[in-house]
Amino acid sequence: MTAVDVAAPAQASTVKTGRFVYIASVFLLCAWVLVPLYFLLINTLSSPEAVTSFPKSFVPEFNLGSLEFFWNFSGILNAIKNSVIVAVLTMIISIAVGAPAGYALSRFDFRGRELFRLLILLTRAFPLPLLALPRAVMFIRSGLDDTVFGLALVHATLAIPFAVLITFSLFSGIPLELEEAAWTLGCDRLTAFRKVVLPLILPGITASAIFAFVISWNEVFAAAVLTIENRTLTAFLLASLAESPLYLKFAGGFILVVPALIFIFAVRKYLFAMWGIANR
Amino acid sequence: MNVRYLPYLLILPVTLFLCLFFIYPFVLVSQQAFSGPEGPTLEHFREVVSYWKFPISLQNTLLLAAVVVPIQLALSLLMATMVSRMGKGRDLVLYVWTIPLGISDLAAGIIWLAIFEQSGFLNSMLYGIGAVSEPVNFLSYQNPAIVFLAIVLAEVWRATAIMLVILVAGIGLIPKEYYEAAEVFGASPWKRFVKITLPLLRPSLQTALVLRVILAFEVFAVVAALGGTLFPVLMSETYAYQFDLLNSNAAAAMALIILGISIVSTIVILRALRVPKGARV
Amino acid sequence: MTYSRTLTGAVAGLALLMTGTVVSAETLFWSTQARPAEERQAMRDGVLDKFGSEVDYQPNENGPWLTRLQAELKANDGTIGLLGGLHGELAALSADDLVDLDTLGLSADSGTFNELAKLGAENMQYIPWMQASYIMAANKKALEHLPEGADINALTYDQLIEWAANVHEAEGRPKFGFPAGPKGLKHRFFQGYLYPSYTDGVVRTFASDKAVTAWEKFRELWEHTNPASTNFSFLQEQLLSEDVWIAFDHTSRLAQAFNERPDDFVAFPAPAGPEGRGFMPVLAGIAIPRTAPDMDAAKSLVAYLLEPETQIATLKATNFFPVVAVELPDDLPPAVKASGEAIAKMSSAPDANPGLLPAGLGDMGGDFNRVFVDTFERIVLAGQPIERVLEDQKRRLATIMERSGAPCWAPDAPSDGPCPVE
Repeated sequence: MTAVDVAAPAQASTVKTGRFVYIASVFLLCAWVLVPLYFLLINTLSSPEAVTSFPKSFVPEFNLGSLEFFWNFSGILNAIKNSVIVAVLTMIISIAVGAPAGYALSRFDFRGRELFRLLILLTRAFPLPLLALPRAVMFIRSGLDDTVFGLALVHATLAIPFAVLITFSLFSGIPLELEEAAWTLGCDRLTAFRKVVLPLILPGITASAIFAFVISWNEVFAAAVLTIENRTLTAFLLASLAESPLYLKFAGGFILVVPALIFIFAVRKYLFAMWGIANR
Repeated sequence: MNVRYLPYLLILPVTLFLCLFFIYPFVLVSQQAFSGPEGPTLEHFREVVSYWKFPISLQNTLLLAAVVVPIQLALSLLMATMVSRMGKGRDLVLYVWTIPLGISDLAAGIIWLAIFEQSGFLNSMLYGIGAVSEPVNFLSYQNPAIVFLAIVLAEVWRATAIMLVILVAGIGLIPKEYYEAAEVFGASPWKRFVKITLPLLRPSLQTALVLRVILAFEVFAVVAALGGTLFPVLMSETYAYQFDLLNSNAAAAMALIILGISIVSTIVILRALRVPKGARV
Repeated sequence: MTYSRTLTGAVAGLALLMTGTVVSAETLFWSTQARPAEERQAMRDGVLDKFGSEVDYQPNENGPWLTRLQAELKANDGTIGLLGGLHGELAALSADDLVDLDTLGLSADSGTFNELAKLGAENMQYIPWMQASYIMAANKKALEHLPEGADINALTYDQLIEWAANVHEAEGRPKFGFPAGPKGLKHRFFQGYLYPSYTDGVVRTFASDKAVTAWEKFRELWEHTNPASTNFSFLQEQLLSEDVWIAFDHTSRLAQAFNERPDDFVAFPAPAGPEGRGFMPVLAGIAIPRTAPDMDAAKSLVAYLLEPETQIATLKATNFFPVVAVELPDDLPPAVKASGEAIAKMSSAPDANPGLLPAGLGDMGGDFNRVFVDTFERIVLAGQPIERVLEDQKRRLATIMERSGAPCWAPDAPSDGPCPVE
């Protein structure tokens, strides 16, 4: 808050009010995100009777029955393992394939550039469940069916537009002069990229990696069609969640949410540690 | 290596990848939209467009996008600028704000239904403070406006984070010197936002908007959870054709209509927020 | 009875003998039924665990279920060993893609079910697996508001409307619940309950004067229906939360209410109209796709599922009733007892007017349902004039009947050729 240092004393009170409003809105926005999740937590930790009661209690009663049910659900650990593997593979594939294209889009004015961008966007504008049938036929014929790698390929198709577009906008935000300066200092294109650009865009890469992970984690339809033995957690749980009794619905939803939260929390450190460099 | 070929080399992996896993199945499916017993036909498009629910679901989809996306844009810009001035606690706040990113639309639907349903949390709260003497039916066909509001709230809650992350990353790339210079000249925070942040954030804004708008046209699970049968959207109609009516021709036609709408709005956004040439070679 | 049991045992044993050495992989049972988490677990732990070899029971939503199956058929290479689905879902498949099952010598007790299972072909395309129906359920608190002289086990639609109105008045809000949500089975109410009770038909009488009366009555009932019903797909939830006191739904979608609080709810037959007490069964079947990796294992699993003990275990797991004659044990879950009694009363009622499941519609079953759902949404939710809507929808219905060529089914009078809409 450098603004405070330069402000004249007369402005101090308005600055103070401004600061109060600012902090209040930060808290309000945090509450906006957290309160619905808290409700989910309450319902997860409630007995079946409490879930359907009215008025609802706003304090969880710490009944672990619903969670225990899923804990004892056969095959759930295996499903979690599959989900993680697929999500990590999706991350790797989508970044490895997508980031170079993002760089190309931001740095070169090549022919067919606009068409290429549209094509990338198209990928997200068509409902996936309709594409699942031809993909499944292709996978069964090629032996990719029911493999975590095959599913990761499909999920990467969903994540790549994010990877390309996010890296594109980030590269575009980095002044070309920075790179050119490196070239004049004798770096070749690759070294300049590695030494100058890469540190700047790592946060963005992490952001698209998070997207890839989350997209893959939450994808139901392709997972339900393309995996049998190697079911992912989402296909395993979410497919039947809508019809399960209420208390299991909430507990199942909770179980799906938690790993994604832990993942975002884990990469958050990495994501925001990079911030200092970006702001220098 | 010749620089002229470098961009093509760089986009080659994506192109190959998408050709195999997107274009190929996409072409197979889209063909169905035009294929009839006697050669190419537009009959399937006529069929889906003339269905009485089509105008309603089209209107609902567009209206929802038109209301939700601007709110999300404003909210995520606000959040992103707030975060950029934050010192302590920034990591934590950003983390909290990005949480909805990890929540699938199905789970979000379950959460928000628990809030709005008749014996849900909102009613419990209103009842608890004595604002209502008995639970109110928020999600009934008699109050379409409240149903719409509930869907908007849930969508804003669920999908603002995606724009936030893109914008935060973009703002991080704006050189601090610009702001320092502006402060020296006594520019107000609002002026700094309008004159520095917004213009320099254009590439990120463009990306965030395009992605969000495209995803808004595919909204489905949250709407189904809260709106039930009251709020048909294009996507729910597409699924109904594919899986209830087993009419994959009509479903493909619907999907192509959604695609068309997405393309048009994408082009509009890209034109409106053109990235200045200077950023490229 | 004992004959069929020894036979199934023999078939199963024979199949096991023939395949025992070859088969090591488990059979994939790809089903649309028993999807809720607890039912799925019960299918695995209580039903399929006693089958000789491993079975992987995978319930799915219709979308993935069908997509996966179509992909395997297209690729001519399958992992699905056995299909489980509702009559309507199986009827939408091409008979060429299902293995003829006559050689198994298995069948349901009901000749009608066996006929349905042929899907219009010569041979059995699926084997009836389990059955259910739709019934009414009420919170006991609602009973004091029953209209005078009304017998809950012999209600008429007029009495139901009066009852719902009484509750509405006493409680200050409508407490009748109807599964009109996105996944709700509302169309079955119109096809199997409202129309037969008022018009003694479904297709022929679709736009008749009697049908206009039926919709008028339903509009009256809707006055006293919880307006959030357009979000309800499983009335057990609203019964438990007491947002609803009187409800109509599928027996397995009411089961949780009875199992959780057996003393608080009663189950009773659907009401009667001027043309009798219309009701309709739900039939689920099992079929083998032509791409099944291990035919013999799949066939012996079919035989196993039809054994009386398995059928009782299935009943406990899913709340779907057996299709073969069995001696029901005493230790049944409360929901099974309650709904079993209601169904028995409904089918033995003097004015019973049983309808059949739509047959011969093939893959137009979804379109057929849509006609009824659209009619409901336009008349009841959008408040459009009944005659105009029925005239409008009649044309759609007629097209569907002609394209599918489906002959009339009960309670419609039989027809030569496609069932006409009169």
